Amino acid sequence: MLDIRLPIGLMFSVVGLIITIYGLATIGDVELYERSLNVNVNLISGLGTLAFGLIMLLLSEPVRKKLRKKE
Amino acid sequence: MDTTFALHGIDYLIMAVYFLFVLGVGWALKKYMKNATAFLEAGRAMPAWVAGLAFISTNLGALEVMGMTGSGLKYGMLTTHFYWIGAIPAMMFLALFMMRFYYGSKARSVPEYLKLRFNEKTRALNAFLFALMTVLASGISMYALAILLENVLGWNFNVSLFASAAIVLAYTYLGGLSSAIYNEVLQFFIIIIGLLPMAILVMSDVGGWGGMQESLAPIVEGKGFAADTWTTTWKYTTGTGINPLGVQWYGILAGLGFVLSFGYWCTNFLIVQRAMAAESMTAARKVPLIGAIPKMFIPFLIIVPGIAALVLLNDPSKSFVLPLNAAGEPIYDYTIIMLLKQYLPAGVLGLGVTALLASFMSGMAGNVSAFNTVWTYDIYQSYIRPATGDQEADEKHYLKVGRITTIVGVLVSIAAAYIASKFGNIMDFLQTVFSMINAPLFAVIFLGMFWKRSTGNGAFLGLLMGFVVALLHHGLTQPEGASTLVKGGWIGVIHTYPVEMAQNFWTAIFAFSAAALLTVVISMLSRRDKTDSDLNGLVYSMTPKLDDSGVLWYQRPWFLALIVGIIMVLLSILFW
Repeated sequence: MLDIRLPIGLMFSVVGLIITIYGLATIGDVELYERSLNVNVNLISGLGTLAFGLIMLLLSEPVRKKLRKKE
Repeated sequence: MDTTFALHGIDYLIMAVYFLFVLGVGWALKKYMKNATAFLEAGRAMPAWVAGLAFISTNLGALEVMGMTGSGLKYGMLTTHFYWIGAIPAMMFLALFMMRFYYGSKARSVPEYLKLRFNEKTRALNAFLFALMTVLASGISMYALAILLENVLGWNFNVSLFASAAIVLAYTYLGGLSSAIYNEVLQFFIIIIGLLPMAILVMSDVGGWGGMQESLAPIVEGKGFAADTWTTTWKYTTGTGINPLGVQWYGILAGLGFVLSFGYWCTNFLIVQRAMAAESMTAARKVPLIGAIPKMFIPFLIIVPGIAALVLLNDPSKSFVLPLNAAGEPIYDYTIIMLLKQYLPAGVLGLGVTALLASFMSGMAGNVSAFNTVWTYDIYQSYIRPATGDQEADEKHYLKVGRITTIVGVLVSIAAAYIASKFGNIMDFLQTVFSMINAPLFAVIFLGMFWKRSTGNGAFLGLLMGFVVALLHHGLTQPEGASTLVKGGWIGVIHTYPVEMAQNFWTAIFAFSAAALLTVVISMLSRRDKTDSDLNGLVYSMTPKLDDSGVLWYQRPWFLALIVGIIMVLLSILFW
C-alpha cells in the first residue's frame, strides 16, 4: 500500500517552499513582521517545514527504493 | 476592539495545498478498497507508528484544541491533568492489558467484543448508543468550527459547514478507514507545525516561563489564589477552594485519573479502532504507547499558550482581546484563534488556520469511520442483513453498505450541526451524556476481560443501570450557580457542587460504581453462560500468556510503557 511518508513529504515540501519564498520576498517588511516580534517567522518556519518535508520524502519507501537502485 | 481578521492570498494558497493532498490521499487509496475488510478495518495492515499517531490525532479534534487552550487560560497548568494523569495511565493499561483481547479476539469493533464476550443484547445496547452519540458529536464539532470561522474570519456559516463536511466525506468515502488514518497522521504534523510558531512567539512575548510566572502572580492573587496556582499542577490540590478547578487530589485521581480516562481511552471505539487496525498483535499493543509520547507534550503547544494569554489579557499594552458572547462574557474557546491572529503574519497564519481545520477534520473523520464500522457490522449485519456465507459476495455487499453509511453519517452530522446551532446548550448536554455512557462501559468491559465469572445478564444490566444512575445523579445534583437544567438538577436538587467539573467527576464515579456493583451481583446470581474454552482469547485468565521473547527488547510494549511512565512522572514532578 501507499507509504504515507510520501504524501506527507510532498505536502510539507510544497508548503515549506511556498512559505520560504514568501518569507524571502517579504524580507525587510517591518509592518508585516511587527506582530511576530520583528522576526521573519515565515522564513524560519518555511525552512523548517521544508526540511521536515524533505526528510519525510527521503524516508519514504518509493524514494529509498530508487536510491538503492542507483547504488 | 476588533476580534475579526481576514486571510490573504498566500494563506488561502497554503490551505488549498492542504486540501489537495488530503483529497489526494483518499484518491490514491481508492484502488485498494476492494472489500469491506479493507474499507472498514484498514485491512489490519497499519504500521504501529502510523496507527499510533492517528490514535492521538483523532483525539485532537477542533473542540479539544479550542477547549484546552481556553482551559489553560481559565485553570492554568491544572488543565494538564487531562493530558498526564488523566490520559497516560489509561493508555498504558489499554496497551499492556486490554489490546490483546480487542485485537486477538478478532472482534471488528468494541460492541462486537461485547457480543463475543457476553451476548447480543449487550452489544446492541452499546452499538446503538455509540452510533447515535458519534454522529451527534461530529455534528457538534462541525457546528463549533463553522461558527468560529463565521465569527472570526467572516466566512459564511453554511458554506464552511458544507465544504468541510464535503472534504471529510470525500476522503473517507474514497479510502475508508485507511484514508482516515493516513490523513490523521498528515493532520497531526500540520497541527504541530502550524501551531508551533504561535506557541514560541507568545512565550517569548511574555518573557518565557519565568517571565510568565512573574506576570501571573498579581493577576492570580487578584482572583484570590496563591501566586503560582496557574503554573503548578498538584501543589494546590489539598483543598477545593484553593485551586480554580475546585477539586481535590483524590477527586482528580479517582474521577479523572481513573473513571473518566479509563472510560474514554480504554473503551471508546473511536480511539480503540486505530489500534485495532494495526498490522500485528505487537504493533496493536504498541499503538497507544506510541500515541502517548506526543500526547504528553501537546500541553506545551495548546495549554501553555492559553496560560500566557491570561497575561496578555491583563496587559493593555498588548491589546489582546477575546470576542464576547451575547451575555457579554469572553468566549474562552476562541483563545487559540485570537493568539494566531495576535502573532502570526500572512503566510504562517494560513498554516495556523489550516492546523485548526486539520484538527477538526481528524476528529470528524474519526467519528465517521467509527460510526461506519459500528453501523455496518454491529447493526446492519446483525439485525438487517446477516452474512450469507458466500464470503466474497458478503464482503462486496458490506463494502457498498459501508460507503453508503459514510454518506448517511455525514448527512446526519450536518443535521446535528444545525440542531446545535438552534439549541446552544445541546453541546454541553451531549458531552455530559457521553461521559455517562463511557464510565459504565469501562466497568463492564473491565470485568469481562479480567473476571471469567461475569455473565451476559450481569453485563447488560450493569451497562444499562450504570447509565441510569449517571442520569439520576445528574438530575439530582447541580453545580453552584447553574442557570439551566442542562447542568443538572432537573429532578430536584439534593446536592450542590462548587464547580461543574466536580459534578462531572462524581457523575462518572457513581455510574462506574453502580455498573461494577450490579455486574458483579447479577453475575453471581445468574448461571455462567460461557464455558472456559468459550472465553479463550476474551478473558485474561483463560488466555495463554503472550510471549514477547521474539521481539527485540527495546521494541517490546513493556519497555515502551516504562519510558512513557518515566516521562510522565518527570513532567509531573517538574510542574508539581
